[in-house]
Amino acid sequence: MQPAVSIDHLVKRFDPAGVGGAWRRVLGRPLKDPIVALDAISLKVQRGEVYGIVGSNGSGKSTLARVIATLLLPDSGEVQVFGHDVVREARTVRRFMNRVSVEASFFKKLSPLENLSFTARIYGLPAGEAHQHIFEILKRLDIEEKAIRRPMDQMSRGQQQKVAVARALLTSPVLLILDEPTTGLDPRSKREVQDFIREVRETHDATVILMTHDMDEAEQLCDRLAVIDKGRILIEDQPSALRREGETLEDAFIRLTGHAVEVHEPDDAADGGGG
Amino acid sequence: MVPLRRELGASYAFVERNFRAVRRYWGWEVVFLFHSIVSALTVAYIAPGGVVVAGQQFDADRLILFLVVGTVVWAYLDSVFDSVAFMVSWERWEGTIESTFMAPIRRVTFIAGSSAFAVLYSFARAVVILVVVALFFNLDLAAANWVGAFAVLAIGSLGLLGIGIMAAALPLLFLERGSQMTVVVQASLLLVSGVYYPVEVLPDWLEWFSVISPATYVLNAMRAAVLDGVTLVDLLPHFGPLMLITAVTMPVGVWVFGWAERYALRHGRLKRSG
Repeated sequence: MQPAVSIDHLVKRFDPAGVGGAWRRVLGRPLKDPIVALDAISLKVQRGEVYGIVGSNGSGKSTLARVIATLLLPDSGEVQVFGHDVVREARTVRRFMNRVSVEASFFKKLSPLENLSFTARIYGLPAGEAHQHIFEILKRLDIEEKAIRRPMDQMSRGQQQKVAVARALLTSPVLLILDEPTTGLDPRSKREVQDFIREVRETHDATVILMTHDMDEAEQLCDRLAVIDKGRILIEDQPSALRREGETLEDAFIRLTGHAVEVHEPDDAADGGGG
Repeated sequence: MVPLRRELGASYAFVERNFRAVRRYWGWEVVFLFHSIVSALTVAYIAPGGVVVAGQQFDADRLILFLVVGTVVWAYLDSVFDSVAFMVSWERWEGTIESTFMAPIRRVTFIAGSSAFAVLYSFARAVVILVVVALFFNLDLAAANWVGAFAVLAIGSLGLLGIGIMAAALPLLFLERGSQMTVVVQASLLLVSGVYYPVEVLPDWLEWFSVISPATYVLNAMRAAVLDGVTLVDLLPHFGPLMLITAVTMPVGVWVFGWAERYALRHGRLKRSG
């Protein structure tokens, strides 16, 4: 069966000098070494699977999420989503994929209803149907009726993040990329978002790729996990298979990478990703 | 047909969303509109002030009208340029740039929607400014050819949109400096386009730049339509340069935007800053 996502020898480097690099070249000044964000990554995610990618900040998780989400062009290698190339067939891939990032990206002065109505329109959903669907999803998320029409900047970060997940679901994606969806949330909001992801998993026929540095979250939600470090996939397996006798997943991560998960390395180079 | 309808619907989404954002920021909108009206009045007062300063009589009413057309048309063009040139910066500032660029729509749909909003929003503002200033100075606009003026504005907007789209690409290339460069382009257009004076008063080397600014032709044609009531047929010679500029800037603008987007996707420059 064709995998949901197939990645073959994906390489992504960033020039730390950015546009300045071109001037350095013109002026004959020494160029800084490029930062290798993704180093020959290969993996396959099966349909219906919740696939976790765990790694520290700066490990390459967000860069990988962006490449799959057509927001970053790879230097070499190939990424296919349901058999479609993310570079050559970007618009086709975008039709059946959505991404929730670490920051709930909305027009914060607009209400959840206004933001989601916008999404519905740009994804070509019929207005009446979309309106009803928006109310259904937001109510399921326990967002009060009056809050649906209030500016999003009056909502907690947890609620905003739930609206972000709802927005992704509104477009009925068959591939959902969750890039650190619970990072920075308070414990209650985190649990709410995780419960919602669990519900999505049970009720929607979607493949989910979850980028996280939260080991508990990864263990609870994912069918399989890949450990990524310095742009390389070190190992991939079921969470239980990654752990040795008496080890937690975090212990296993330290054993595999040689450092704790909360190491704060520079961001994902030029893309400024969170991990 | 369905894909076209879908893209048109998606374009409308940007118009609707941006007007909703304007409504939510209504306090600032009122303040900015007040500022524009006061600026227009202040500029118009230069005419009667000029009579006092020069110590000799001249047709101050005509000069008032000349300046009012300049300020109102510039308020419109500046707002159109501003809204289009900052469409990428705005998305980035709100933090929505990645979700917008990830939507399964053609980039030209995003540009068209943002441009349509820019034209509608700026036109509404310009009408309010014109009405207030006209009432304030009791301007006689009976002889104006409004159909011609509207046609000039419609055609002139397209050329400026092309330049605005090129300017909008700058923040995709330069995260911070891109927006700063856009302001420089905007200010330069104000200097060379003859907003408050005929371009003939500029030094030769500067006057040359007025030739490539669509705002120059829009202002000349608008003054001919509003001050002199020139007929639509007589306005036609003004349309030639505007259509030529549009024919160049529009496709080039869309191409530059596409190229800049590919650059941003290659170098990871979509991400939010600020």
